[in-house]
Amino acid sequence: MSTIIKPNVDIVSAPQGIEGPGFFATRIDKVVGMARANSLWPLPFATSCCGIEFMATMASTYDLGRFGSERLSFSPRQADLLMVMGTIAKKMGPVLRQVYEQMAEPKWVLSMGACASSGGIFDTYSVLQGIDRIIPVDVYVPGCPPRPEQVLDGIMQIQKLVENESIRRRDTPEYKAMLVKYGME
Amino acid sequence: MEKEALLTTVQDRLKAQFGEGVISSEILYDYPVITVKRELICDIVRFLYNDEELAFQYLTTLAATHYPANKGKEFCVMYQLHNLPKNLRIRLKIYFSSSDPVVPTITPVFSAANWLERQEFDFFGVIFSGHPNLKRILNMEDMTYHPMRKEYPLEDGTREDKNDTMFGR
Repeated sequence: MSTIIKPNVDIVSAPQGIEGPGFFATRIDKVVGMARANSLWPLPFATSCCGIEFMATMASTYDLGRFGSERLSFSPRQADLLMVMGTIAKKMGPVLRQVYEQMAEPKWVLSMGACASSGGIFDTYSVLQGIDRIIPVDVYVPGCPPRPEQVLDGIMQIQKLVENESIRRRDTPEYKAMLVKYGME
Repeated sequence: MEKEALLTTVQDRLKAQFGEGVISSEILYDYPVITVKRELICDIVRFLYNDEELAFQYLTTLAATHYPANKGKEFCVMYQLHNLPKNLRIRLKIYFSSSDPVVPTITPVFSAANWLERQEFDFFGVIFSGHPNLKRILNMEDMTYHPMRKEYPLEDGTREDKNDTMFGR
């Protein structure tokens, strides 16, 4: 008689709610948040060495697919998460901004590594001193480059934001004011 | 051909054609270098291109440099020419003042000089008169200065979180 080995797989648990025979009631934003957080489609905007580290993050050892993000989107129209990885030259700035603007709401931004977050070692006339000068950023991952574990941690931080985001956050005056600050209205 | 012999040949050829246009010639860091008059650079490059024996028909590179301490000759543009069949290489140099950074373009002879001259305009503000499309090539078009000139700082000027006490500037 063979033993059936149950795989040790941790699946996402159902949100808090009221359960009874034949029904389950919960809040819609909890369900939406759970679904969004575990099916993020990242757009990799990789310009240098951080992009190489991201490849390791995507590959089998670290496997970003475990977090529901194995499907990279190379079209901004279908992406939820913009991952900016690497040095952004000032001349690249308008391109990055256009990619961000082409993404559909709701959208999140992860800035990976010292260069994307602050210009890094490139304190020079030709390099953008942090992408938050042109687009809003949700999570910064420090490092030069960060290890894949750090990137995974950054993704998990994004997931927390996504999970707990109110459905109406993008309609709030604060959010609109932020867009105006970035000249995106 | 030995480098010394090449230098002498080119120098004699240029002196016969341009006379006072040749200012000096030397072997510098194992490389024949000839300093010439700025106004004649395009004619000299064309002459060396068309000369049957020398036939410098390949422009390896051209580059500008800035020496602020060298009064009256703050800028230099260097042209590196190559004769591919015979594997001969020489370097031409022109010096000029920062108050008048205008140089004749060599694009009529070498189309390859188009982007190189644009680059030197972008970084040093050297104006190549007669260039068909003299505008910035690498930096942002709204940049207001020429960043490789020594009077401008290398660092990005918009940062507020870094100051001299932290970085010893």
